[in-house]
Amino acid sequence: MDFLNGITLILNYIFIPGFTYGSQLALGALGITIVYSVLRFSNFAHGEFMSFGAMSAILLSWLFMSFKINIYPLPTAIMVLPIAILLTIAYCLIVDRLVFKFYRQQNSKSVINLIVSIGVMFFTGGLIRFIVGPGDKNFFDGERFFLKARTFKNITGLNEGLTLKTTQGVTIILSVLLVIILFWFLNKTKTGKSMRAYSDNKELALLSGINPEKVVLITWIITGTLACVAGTLYGLDKSYKPFTYLHLVLPIFSAAIVGGVGNPIGAIIGGYVIAFSELIITFAYKKIFFYFLPTYLVPEGLLQILSTDYKIAISFVILVIVLLIKPTGIYKGKII
Amino acid sequence: MTNLSRIKITYFLMLIALIAVGFFQSWNVALTIFNLCIISSIMTLGINIQWGNAGIVNFGVMGFAALGGLANIIISMPPTLNAWESGGAMIIIGLILFILSIVFSIILFKKSSLSNKIKYLISFILVISSYFFMRFLVDIPIEKIEAIEPAKTGYLGGFNLPVLMSWPVGGLLAAFSAFIIGKISLGLRSDYLAIATLGISEIIIYFLKNEDWLSRGVKNVNGLPRPVPYEIELQSQAWVLKTSNNLNIPINELSSIIVKLSYSILFCVVLLSVLFLLEVAVKSPWGRMMRAIRDNEVSANAMGKDIKKRHLQVFIIGSAIVGVAGAMLTTLDGQFTPVSYQPLRYTFLIWIMVIVGGSGNNFGSIIGGFLIWFFWVQSEPLGLWFISQVTTHISDTNIIKSHLLENAAHIRLMFMGMILLITLRFAPKGLIPEVKR
Repeated sequence: MDFLNGITLILNYIFIPGFTYGSQLALGALGITIVYSVLRFSNFAHGEFMSFGAMSAILLSWLFMSFKINIYPLPTAIMVLPIAILLTIAYCLIVDRLVFKFYRQQNSKSVINLIVSIGVMFFTGGLIRFIVGPGDKNFFDGERFFLKARTFKNITGLNEGLTLKTTQGVTIILSVLLVIILFWFLNKTKTGKSMRAYSDNKELALLSGINPEKVVLITWIITGTLACVAGTLYGLDKSYKPFTYLHLVLPIFSAAIVGGVGNPIGAIIGGYVIAFSELIITFAYKKIFFYFLPTYLVPEGLLQILSTDYKIAISFVILVIVLLIKPTGIYKGKII
Repeated sequence: MTNLSRIKITYFLMLIALIAVGFFQSWNVALTIFNLCIISSIMTLGINIQWGNAGIVNFGVMGFAALGGLANIIISMPPTLNAWESGGAMIIIGLILFILSIVFSIILFKKSSLSNKIKYLISFILVISSYFFMRFLVDIPIEKIEAIEPAKTGYLGGFNLPVLMSWPVGGLLAAFSAFIIGKISLGLRSDYLAIATLGISEIIIYFLKNEDWLSRGVKNVNGLPRPVPYEIELQSQAWVLKTSNNLNIPINELSSIIVKLSYSILFCVVLLSVLFLLEVAVKSPWGRMMRAIRDNEVSANAMGKDIKKRHLQVFIIGSAIVGVAGAMLTTLDGQFTPVSYQPLRYTFLIWIMVIVGGSGNNFGSIIGGFLIWFFWVQSEPLGLWFISQVTTHISDTNIIKSHLLENAAHIRLMFMGMILLITLRFAPKGLIPEVKR
């Protein structure tokens, strides 16, 4: 029984939150990786694109809530997601047309593109704050839990409860779906293949008659979709504040680099590596030892490796270590 | 237009703008802006020597500025004697041991000829075990120190030395950490370097936020000593009273103007000496070599220049300048607040200053720092004015109008983004371009 309790504890406090946060990071990292591999620059504005997507979802779900149209027990935000995705894609495309296109035609260095993306980041951040304001926005409705701790305890008779929040369930299901579609697109369809060819060898792809503008268009469509979904899911799960998305950029970059920039599978793995190491390193192990060890062996103290205050800093530490030991990441990506 | 006339025109316009603020808002505001402009332009000079002359992308401005701020605490605050008695030395010993273990494993990687697997294993075990050993040494003293009057002290304190000393010390602190960071990350190419330095600067901020024994963390350190007299002291001085009567300015306003002016003088001295040193450096063979490395690493390498060493050198110099500016900023504020260090305000804004001013030109950096800081401060009232002009025909009770007015302050982020994008697009060399030599 103690063993099962311990397992439930790990599932509840490490596995489920880690898998949720990891999925959000993975979706974000995928966006960055795809922009990097096709357009050849690190897009610092990606966090703000995510924020833009979340903002559109918020405004739309408020609109639909006022009409009392919803899909109880799921949050309304999921229902309006397709429209929000379209809005985000439109914004990405406008930004590309007005800003990034010029530098692409000039064949600018990637550093210049990076600095340009910082300008876009500032502008988008300001635009979002101007539209919805800087404060906390709550847009969650519907049922809070898929599985409540008490129900779980009643069913199994264990001491430890297992909870699965709706947002967590939705995050995991949606990201798995999205990733499957993305990989199907990249590997099976002709457009996807042409995109990979373009990212692999630009000159050769142009020679074989691939339309570069179409590839760029598809890239931004994918990026906008990923950014909107990731941003909305993060906002649903934690809470939406324009400010947090600026800070989310770094863990996402860490995830992309840890996995190997330019490699989609790497981005996903990187997301989970970052999320799980954050949780594993800051988890207080006292209770687990309490279940797994005989009572007289359980040590005193919380048994944390690092205090929870350092949670986000861990992703930077991992980033630095990876850059030191293996700059190409786990799955060999391109060296910037 | 030649560079000289550009410098003359832009500096003159900037001066007029500041004087206009003095007349229309108040001289206090103008001087506050002026002081922060100087600090910004010193930071910009530091980044410019790295980016403009050597092509190094340093996104760690925030971290170095914060380390400069930390120097203020270490130098000028009185030591907490109880804290040292309850094991302050132990903390420092623990930290040094941990750092030594990391240094040892790095040396192991670089120098030894063992196979990779054994290297990973040894350094992993070494670092992990020394981490737990450090925790064993440090945990109890930290707890004790943080329990000493947590509302007032609860940290180690400093050396109680004159606060002006913290400026060079801040520079040294930043230089030392730049040495370590540079050793780690300068081998990376531009994009990775940008992300790595940004990440490391965040780690520094997290450290300062959470290690209460060193910096009081989020509780802030207030009441740092000042290098200039306090307003209250001035108000009782006879000559201040006399001037106040003569000029017909209220005494409290005059005293704060005097305080700000004395800060301005101190800052100007630093700015001018940094500018002088950098100009000498840029014009010297050393500067020529840096630009050669920037423009073509391969051929510079072929000419026998040690690129790694030069990059590290310029990285340390630039970061030290940022550290000095960070220390000055904290001295001006009179308090150290780790929470206030945001990448948007410190790292990215400084970068906008560098780009807009003109990368590779020191005079450009100064005007960039002045201009962008001026607009950063003034775009809030400007945005409000703009919105209220646009919406004059809408009634005051309209929801849209009140919403717009409420969020008008955030226009400044959009504004900054626009300035950066427009500069990059139409004048990529900045206001005052690099001198062709």
